[in-house]
Amino acid sequence: MTNNHPPPARQWRRFVSRGIVIAFVAGIALTAIFNITLAWTNTEDFCLSCHEMKDYNYREYQNTTHYTNRSGVRAVCSDCHVPKEFLPKMWRKLRAANEVWHKLLGSIDTPEKFAEKRAKLAQSEWRRMKANDSQECRNCHEAASFDFSAQGYRAIQRHEEALSAGQTCIDCHKGIAHQLPPIAQGIGNTDPAAVPLEVFRPATEATEAAPE
Amino acid sequence: MKIHLLTAAALATALATSLLLPCASVAADDSGGLATLRGKPLSATDTATTDALRKAIETDPFDRDFTQQPPLVSHAVDEYPVTRAFNKCMDCHSWENARKEKATKVSSTHFKDADGKELSTLAARRYFCLQCHVPQTGAKPLIANTYQRPATAR
Repeated sequence: MTNNHPPPARQWRRFVSRGIVIAFVAGIALTAIFNITLAWTNTEDFCLSCHEMKDYNYREYQNTTHYTNRSGVRAVCSDCHVPKEFLPKMWRKLRAANEVWHKLLGSIDTPEKFAEKRAKLAQSEWRRMKANDSQECRNCHEAASFDFSAQGYRAIQRHEEALSAGQTCIDCHKGIAHQLPPIAQGIGNTDPAAVPLEVFRPATEATEAAPE
Repeated sequence: MKIHLLTAAALATALATSLLLPCASVAADDSGGLATLRGKPLSATDTATTDALRKAIETDPFDRDFTQQPPLVSHAVDEYPVTRAFNKCMDCHSWENARKEKATKVSSTHFKDADGKELSTLAARRYFCLQCHVPQTGAKPLIANTYQRPATAR
């Protein structure tokens, strides 16, 4: 009896070794695809592929220092709005599914609809940054590296007060890259949808203890 | 072997302690017998000297040049929005926030509307602060003139 096939044990070994090679190559390919997709969805071009971003948020951002400044260092959408750490990034990307859903619904596809939703959207982002101690600001602006002597004297005072009171960047620096929603500033704005002043300027022990 | 390791660990700990202890005692006495530039111990919390230096970075408000001149703005106003939604000036200068921010309160002359009616807050026609109040700058007059600042203008 002639049998050209190798004995079953050798056949099995070949099957396993081939399987390992295929799994290895597929693993590399899938990891590459995963990372390329992640990086691609973090680019400005990807964000601006929706007209909502391009026509409202992006135009406002073009007037700010994070878009243009004397040394040309830029912070693009994802630098502020997507965490750099892996798990928070995954969580943010998952939540972005909701944004895709609202893109399909056309929730903010006109300037009027966007204006109406701006207070809600802004507060959601303020909450996110407050919760992670403004990590996306601190990726570039680390308080431990502040040269206070190079700051204006108001900035020095405010930064020292805020840091010792445990405040975080977003507590004061709101609306620095986009326009603000209506804020109830107590100067005659009667818009019922305006963001309350205590949300816009959260009180701290330091500001409450200030002499009246 | 085990005993050797233990002895080594104990020796290392003793060595580290003997080395670190003098450092700790030096750190507690921070002057080290040296005079500091500001004439106070390094640990002094009084910052009066340094505060004066810091204030010089942004100068004090300029005096007015005529009595009715709107006071000048003594800080940069780049990216300070004044829109229908938000007035950045009033974020510090409104009556509600001025004291907290140690800022000048907006004058109550700004609370009167076009019909002469007194309001309890900023009148709409006074909303755009930077129409009258401009950031101060060291610009020299383009044409020499003999104008004298009145004594009353402060």
